[in-house]
Amino acid sequence: MFHWLEKHPFFFAVGVFVTIAFAGLIEILPNFAQASRPVIGTAPYSTLELAGRNVYIKNSCNACHSQLIRPFKSETDRYGHYSLSGEYAYDRPFLWGSKRTGPDLMRVGNYRTTDWHENHMKNPAAVVPGSIMPAYNWMFTNKADIDTAYAEQLTVAQFFSVPYNKPVPMKDGSTKVVKMGKSVAEAHALALEEAKKVAADMKDQDVKDAVARGEIPEIVALIAYLNSLK
Amino acid sequence: MENRPLEYDYTVAKMFMLTTIILGIVGMLIGVILAFELAFPSVNTILGSGLAEYTNFSRLRPLHTDAVIFGFTLSGIFATWYYVGQRVLKVSMAESGLLMFIGKLHFWLYIVGVAAVVVSLFAGVTTSKEYAEFEWPIDIAIVVVWVLFGMSIFGLIGIRREKSLYISVWYYIATFLGIAMLYLFNNMEVPTMLATSPAGETAIGNWWHSVSMYAGTNDALVQWWYGHNAVAFGFTVPIVAMIYYFLPKESGQAIYSYKLSLLSFWGLMFVYLWAGGHHLLYSTVPDWMQTMGSIFSVILILPSWGSAINMLLTMKGEWQQVAASPLIKFMVLGSTFYMFSTLEGPIQAIKSVNAIAHFTDWIVGHVHDGVLGWVGFMIMAALYHMAPRVFKREIYSKSLMAAQFWIQTLGVVLYFTSMWIAGITQGMMWRAHDEFGNLAYSFIDTVTVLHPYYAIRGVGGLLYLVGFLLFAYNIYKTWTSDKEVDAERLNQSPMGA
Repeated sequence: MFHWLEKHPFFFAVGVFVTIAFAGLIEILPNFAQASRPVIGTAPYSTLELAGRNVYIKNSCNACHSQLIRPFKSETDRYGHYSLSGEYAYDRPFLWGSKRTGPDLMRVGNYRTTDWHENHMKNPAAVVPGSIMPAYNWMFTNKADIDTAYAEQLTVAQFFSVPYNKPVPMKDGSTKVVKMGKSVAEAHALALEEAKKVAADMKDQDVKDAVARGEIPEIVALIAYLNSLK
Repeated sequence: MENRPLEYDYTVAKMFMLTTIILGIVGMLIGVILAFELAFPSVNTILGSGLAEYTNFSRLRPLHTDAVIFGFTLSGIFATWYYVGQRVLKVSMAESGLLMFIGKLHFWLYIVGVAAVVVSLFAGVTTSKEYAEFEWPIDIAIVVVWVLFGMSIFGLIGIRREKSLYISVWYYIATFLGIAMLYLFNNMEVPTMLATSPAGETAIGNWWHSVSMYAGTNDALVQWWYGHNAVAFGFTVPIVAMIYYFLPKESGQAIYSYKLSLLSFWGLMFVYLWAGGHHLLYSTVPDWMQTMGSIFSVILILPSWGSAINMLLTMKGEWQQVAASPLIKFMVLGSTFYMFSTLEGPIQAIKSVNAIAHFTDWIVGHVHDGVLGWVGFMIMAALYHMAPRVFKREIYSKSLMAAQFWIQTLGVVLYFTSMWIAGITQGMMWRAHDEFGNLAYSFIDTVTVLHPYYAIRGVGGLLYLVGFLLFAYNIYKTWTSDKEVDAERLNQSPMGA
């Protein structure tokens, strides 16, 4: 049979393809039906948080920080409850990372504050002596891309039925509504409203002034995102 | 029938040899910079704080991985295909104007793709998925380049004189099919511009932006099915294709066992795809998938070692060649590193070992003993074998080759030993508890302890880069030498000219 295949490239290629495609069909497809259902307490990202998530992606934060807590005592002691599949239901793309040069950030919102992040992003070694993380000063001047974040919200709402403007159940029995603007202008207004709350806890005068002018620096969006990780 | 060997046309092979070398230098140089950034953080602002956005670790990291995978390695795969393909199929590219056109188009579109990737990654335009960072417009360009590669393969096969496909061609076909399938499925994404009309606008925000078709755990599952098997079909399958051609040609020895080749090929095809789950051990993917990933990773030793042993036994009775020829040294050490790396990988895929190794530098070490020791050595050996035949000139300096071999070997050894120690040290420190059951170390303790190993790794990487520059110089001097050699060099068996 093999000798025959080696003289018939078409059937050889078909044979190879079937052999390699087989595993994917059996291993990957079955999980698709169930893995993407959110657990209670998981809400979609707001416009500002999503813009911050895009800043996180733009700077490949996931190259050094994981967002996946494994079910070991040493990890739950350090980072909090181990990760559940449904907590990632609104993560497109997933940001688990593959290397922990720095600590895991899955629940960083539980134990770091806006103030801490601000100082840390300006000069990591000043906050954590010995840190090898570089400073991210440009995030204090670059403007966050609210338009693209809004476009992303529209996309996930339309194609993947992500529940914006709808009540989602929280752990304490209440419900939460994550608002999405009806127009670009409204999306900007919502993001700015949220940005003002973050900027109120920050010290950098230039950032505060920018937000007062109606601009949103990347750092504000990023901190809003990091604070949402719980 | 005329009684002389065929003349082959190496125009396209030469073009890809050039990009193999240039992109190899770029990718490895960025790698060395990254290594020193981890050892000495001030390197992050090496071009001043104004340009820090473009020189810091996180922005450069995808450039390094993509430059060595899709630049250096892929160019090497293409260059060797446009050389080996003609020879084992006994047909010249010059015989078909169409194939020559496709080959050249393949090259130039590839160059356009590379340029787009460099610009976009520097600008921070990325989907964040490892080795699949490109946004959808570049994905489409990559698919076109890949289809052209497929047309080259099957076009040449279509007009072949030698009816039986040699082992190397099996592996090139598998490379084409495997990457095509994996790349398409992992990059399924919805461009945001498709959904912006409800808000009454044609396009909001960046037009190139997209959202992954998969969410969370599913996205991870598809990504590592891709990520792991991009290693399979980028770093293993085509490199095995190369060694199956170049080692017998260079040594003048026939392949040790045809049956072992069969077993390794079909075994590798069947087993490799299952093993992706070992990147997701103790994550939120179902347990049975994690276990399957572990088990198949261990089984994967068989077909991997099958190829490597077949190569080493091909040298049976001719071991003096290893001492005499630096080129044979590269290939024999390459197969040895292949064995080493394909044993190390399965060990790391065992769940209890993975609990320590995952997220640490041991994984980085594993990747690099594979790519530096196996992929890098084999591609350089292939180009060294091709150069005299393609440029019709003797290799400029054999002693430079030997020097390069030892410098790079030392570099690889420094690299993986330091990363082993770093990885296992950090993995053990993360999980250490004191007598009261509290964590023994804060996270930063586990970072500062790595400094010496990061410095040693940087030196190892630098040595490898120096060796690669010697390689580039050697090839350049060969290419530009005055002395033209008309006759084909020795060792034309076993495949004929």
